[in-house]
Amino acid sequence: MDTFLGRFKNLIVFAAILFAQVIGLAVQVRRPSDEGQTRLIRLWAISAVTPIETAVVHSQQWVQNIFKNYAYLRGVRRENRELKAQVEQMKIQQTRMEEDARMARRVQALLGFKEQYVDATIAAQVIGTSGSEQSRVLYIDKGANDGIKVDMAVITPSGIVGKIVQVADNWSQVLPINDQFSGVGAALKDSRLQGILKGTPSGATTLQYIMSDEKVTPGEEVITSGGDRIFPKGLPVGKVATVEPGKDLFLNIRVIPAARLDQIEEVLVVTKITEKMPDANALGPLRASDILAERLPTVPNKADVDAAGNAKPGSSTPGTPAAGTTTPAASGTRPTASGTSPNKPVNPAPAANKPATTAPRTTAPSTAGTVKPKPTQATGTATTAKPNGGTTAPANGVRVVDNDAPATPKPKPAPPPESTLPPTEQPAATPSAGASPQ
Amino acid sequence: MTTRVMPFRGSVTSREQVSVYEFGWPAILLIPLLATFIQIFIPVKVRFMPIIDLPFLVTIFFATARRNPISGCLTGCFIGLLYDLFAGPSHPLGMYGIALTVVGYLASSLGVKIDVENPGSRFLITFGFFFIHEIVYYGVAHGLLRQALQWSWSHTAVSALANAILGILLFAFLDRFKRR
Repeated sequence: MDTFLGRFKNLIVFAAILFAQVIGLAVQVRRPSDEGQTRLIRLWAISAVTPIETAVVHSQQWVQNIFKNYAYLRGVRRENRELKAQVEQMKIQQTRMEEDARMARRVQALLGFKEQYVDATIAAQVIGTSGSEQSRVLYIDKGANDGIKVDMAVITPSGIVGKIVQVADNWSQVLPINDQFSGVGAALKDSRLQGILKGTPSGATTLQYIMSDEKVTPGEEVITSGGDRIFPKGLPVGKVATVEPGKDLFLNIRVIPAARLDQIEEVLVVTKITEKMPDANALGPLRASDILAERLPTVPNKADVDAAGNAKPGSSTPGTPAAGTTTPAASGTRPTASGTSPNKPVNPAPAANKPATTAPRTTAPSTAGTVKPKPTQATGTATTAKPNGGTTAPANGVRVVDNDAPATPKPKPAPPPESTLPPTEQPAATPSAGASPQ
Repeated sequence: MTTRVMPFRGSVTSREQVSVYEFGWPAILLIPLLATFIQIFIPVKVRFMPIIDLPFLVTIFFATARRNPISGCLTGCFIGLLYDLFAGPSHPLGMYGIALTVVGYLASSLGVKIDVENPGSRFLITFGFFFIHEIVYYGVAHGLLRQALQWSWSHTAVSALANAILGILLFAFLDRFKRR
């Protein structure tokens, strides 16, 4: 026996060590939910290392900043001039985008649409990784003491990064979107097709569960769908790189992440997401015709409208503020925030600029004409004809007045605008048209 | 400075005896710790770092230098479990532990039989054992844990080559800690 043990001592020890580790693996796999001792020992190990990593990262940044700040000072005058020019350009863009955003908020308010906002974030420094290609987790230098919790979203200004999977007092572990165990609800920005973004063992990201009969083009942007209840809807995820037919019924779509996941040094942890209704009241009184007027490329005959002594809904060119701007002529007929109660029908205005096909109207009074918008109609296809009426008052308190109800005197109607519309700008396809709550 | 020699049984080398090196406890503890620390810290700054596997290289070095299969597999087990600690929650403790235990045992067993002192043999040993390491790791992940991992020969070959080249330099540096 001694001879046997002595002869195979090495092999026996080797087998014993292997066996012990296999048993350890089995115990962990049997109880994946409560990590117990495994988690504790990991916490100890990582907690022992992270202070060193944090100190190294911060001191390195401190030294870097000294040199960078000096270098930046050298070209700061020229850069300032360039930035000023850029600001001017962006102001022009902002004006246009503000109008679009305002209109979108109105439409969302009309449809009872809850919007998610990233309310609070915490900036954190990446201080470590798993170090292997099989696991791509990251460690950041903020933890429970800073208000970070498990399942919070981690983003950068360019795109999403991942989610928090483990939190200690002073550090947290982030599961990036290119890890093979990650999954994010994502959607294609243009086609609105929804799928799940998953990582692969090689570190690539793929959009899965898009049916193979759908048309997806490379270069299309991918955004978060909000379906995972972690990332707010609409955050940039990346762009479609390649589209290939998959093995099953689904396409094999590879996505290039918007955030450079392999070069991340700083991230933002989303600590608070609020869901609220867009406050359309703050945007001023709104007429349904205004929504359409902003979208339509043709404007009604101003002379006719003025002659009628009513508001000039077409007085603002498309793309410029129309809602909320009260002209003197309109003061008598147009509802204002102070002068008209939400449930009171108002004087109708000419329907000069209203396309017949996209203007479902009601003739009933406000009680009968009140339409409770359905959230499911948010895609802009809510064109169900409703009875013609003057006022709608959705549950969110946003008041919409349709001045396009039969008017006295009725001005000369403008030609149907759809005849001049390009195919892509048919009002029925635009969010505003879909949301016109008559 | 202590030097032990052991007789060569079935030696492939021209020498009759090979040296069995010993290391001080600080080196035995600190070198694996430092290797693991660098491995988890450097990828934040260096993109290609994950293809380098410092814990694996340190395991090979200790195993081949000490030429004792028991200490080889114990060293591999220790370094592997240490490395496992920093992997994600989807990575149970023991995956690297098992892979490096096997590597440590085989490398030290091989170190008894062949000369592992010159750069050429070090390159070949590191290159070959990297494949064994990856195969064992994938075997554990796929066979025991049912994880869907993708295997790429080309990627593994590139990683093995990179580790083998780095291994030559690293082993030359770590030779300073040997006690002769």
